[in-house]
Amino acid sequence: MSLSTVAGARLVARKDLRIEQHSRVALAQMLPFGMLVLILFAFALDPSRDVLTRATAGLFWMTVLFTSTLAVQRAFAVEVDDGALDSIRLSGISAASVFLGKVSALVIQLLVLEAVLALGVAILYNTDFGGWAMLVAVTLLSTIGMSAAGATYGVLVSRLRHSSTLLPLLLLPLLAPVLIAATKGSEVALGQEAGQSWSWVALLAVFAISYLVLGVVLYRPLLEET
Amino acid sequence: MTTTFAPKIIGTSSPATRILGVLSIIGLIALVVFGLVISPADFELGETIRILYMHVPTVSVAYLAFIITGVGSVIYLWKRSEFWDLLAASAAEIGVLFFGLTIFNGMMWGKITWGVFWRWEPRLVTTTVLFITYIGYLVVRSIPTDTRTRGTVSAVIGIMAIVNIPITHKAVDWWRGLHQSSTIFATVDPDMRGTQLFSAYLGLTVFLVIFAWLLIHRFRVAWLSERARGIGLDEAIAARRAEGSFS
Amino acid sequence: MLAITTVTFYIAAAWIVTFVSVGIYAAWVIKRGRELSEQVPEEDRRWM
Repeated sequence: MSLSTVAGARLVARKDLRIEQHSRVALAQMLPFGMLVLILFAFALDPSRDVLTRATAGLFWMTVLFTSTLAVQRAFAVEVDDGALDSIRLSGISAASVFLGKVSALVIQLLVLEAVLALGVAILYNTDFGGWAMLVAVTLLSTIGMSAAGATYGVLVSRLRHSSTLLPLLLLPLLAPVLIAATKGSEVALGQEAGQSWSWVALLAVFAISYLVLGVVLYRPLLEET
Repeated sequence: MTTTFAPKIIGTSSPATRILGVLSIIGLIALVVFGLVISPADFELGETIRILYMHVPTVSVAYLAFIITGVGSVIYLWKRSEFWDLLAASAAEIGVLFFGLTIFNGMMWGKITWGVFWRWEPRLVTTTVLFITYIGYLVVRSIPTDTRTRGTVSAVIGIMAIVNIPITHKAVDWWRGLHQSSTIFATVDPDMRGTQLFSAYLGLTVFLVIFAWLLIHRFRVAWLSERARGIGLDEAIAARRAEGSFS
Repeated sequence: MLAITTVTFYIAAAWIVTFVSVGIYAAWVIKRGRELSEQVPEEDRRWM
C-alpha cells in the first residue's frame, strides 16, 4: 500500500504547511527576524553613503540564508518532538517522498519570506528592481538549492545532540557557493554589475539538482533508524 | 635455545608502517636539502618558490584525503562495513590538518608577495570554506552517539561535502573574476626546471608517503578505539549485573 | 638585507610550522595507539 512518490511528497508538504498555518512560527517569528536583520544592517553600515544600495543583493541573501537556517530548524523540530518522523515512515510513505515533501514546504515558506523581504529591501534600501526573468530564476534556484541541502542536514542533525548549534556550522559553509551565485546573479539582474549573467543561474541549477538528487538518495539511510 | 628475531611490535606499528616511517624521514631530509639548499630561487617567484614545495604537497594530500573520505562514505552506506567508516573518518582528520597547513603556507606566501596575510584570492578562499566544511564533519564525529548513527550521519556529510568541492571552486573562481578553468594539481608551475621541478615532485612524493603512514596509524587507532569502547561497555554491563540492577 | 631576512622568516615559518604540526600529530597518533593497544586483547590487533 505504498503511495507514489509525488503523492507522498504532497502529503508531507501539506502537513508541514498546515502546521505552519496553525502555529504561525514562520509568519510571527522568522519574518520579523528577517526584517530586523535588514534594519540592523543599516545600523552597521552607513546608509547615507550608498553602501546599502551597493550591497543590497548581498545583504538580502545573507538575511535569507540566516532565516533559512531557522526555517530548517523549525521544520525538523516539529518532527522530532513526538517522534512524528517514525509515524510518517510507518504510514508507508517512502523516504524520497518525505524528503521532497519537506523540500517543497520549505521552498514555499522561503519564497513567501523572500517576497516580503524583497519588498522590505525595495523600501528600506531604495532598490530599483529590474531584470525580472533573471531575478526569478536566481531566486527559485537558490531557494530550491538551500531547501534541498537544508532538508538533508535538518534531518541529519535532528538525530544528534546539540543540533541547534550544529546546523549552521554544517549548513552555512555548504551554502557558500549559493550565497555567492545568488548575490552575483541578483546584482547582474539589477544591472549593478556586468557579467556572464546566466553562468550564475547555471551554477545555481547545478547546485540545486545535485542536492535534490543527493537528498532523494541519502534520505533512506538517514531515516532508516530514527 | 631459540630466539625469535621478530621485533616486538607495540601500538599501531607493523613492518609496513616502519618502512613507510623510515622512508618519510629520509624523504623529509632530502626535501630540506633539495628544497632549501640545492634548488635555486625562481626567476619570477624568487625565494617564495620554496613555500610552494610545502604548499603543493599539503593541498594535494588534503584533496586526496577528502576523496578517500567521500569514497569511504559511499561504500559505508552501501556495505555498512566498519572498515570504510573508520577509514573515511581517519582520512578526513588528516585532510583537515593538511588543509590547515595549506592555508597557513598560503598566508605566509601572501605576506611576502602581497605584503598582507590575507587577500581574497580564489584558491585561499575556497580552501578556507572547505576547511570549515570538514571541521563540521569532525565535530559531528566527536558527538557521542551509537556507532551506526555516527557512521550514517558522517557518511552523509562526507558525500555532501565532496560534491560541494567543485561547485565551491567554480563559484569562488567566478566571484573573483577568474573565468579560466583551474585544476587542483595545476599548481605545480609548468615553467619549473631542473632541481626546482625535482623538488616539487619530491615534496609531493614524500608527503604522499607521510600521508599513507599517518592514515594507516590513524585507522588502527580508530579501530582500537572502537574495540576499547566495546570492552569498556562490556565491563560496565558486567559491573551493573553484579550489582543486581539488571535483575 | 632586511627584505631578505623577512622573506626568509616567512619561508622558514611555513616549513617549520608544517613539519612541527605533522610531527605533533604523528606523535599524538602513535601515543594514542600505544595506550589503546594495552586495553585491547591481541586478537583484535590484526596487523600484528
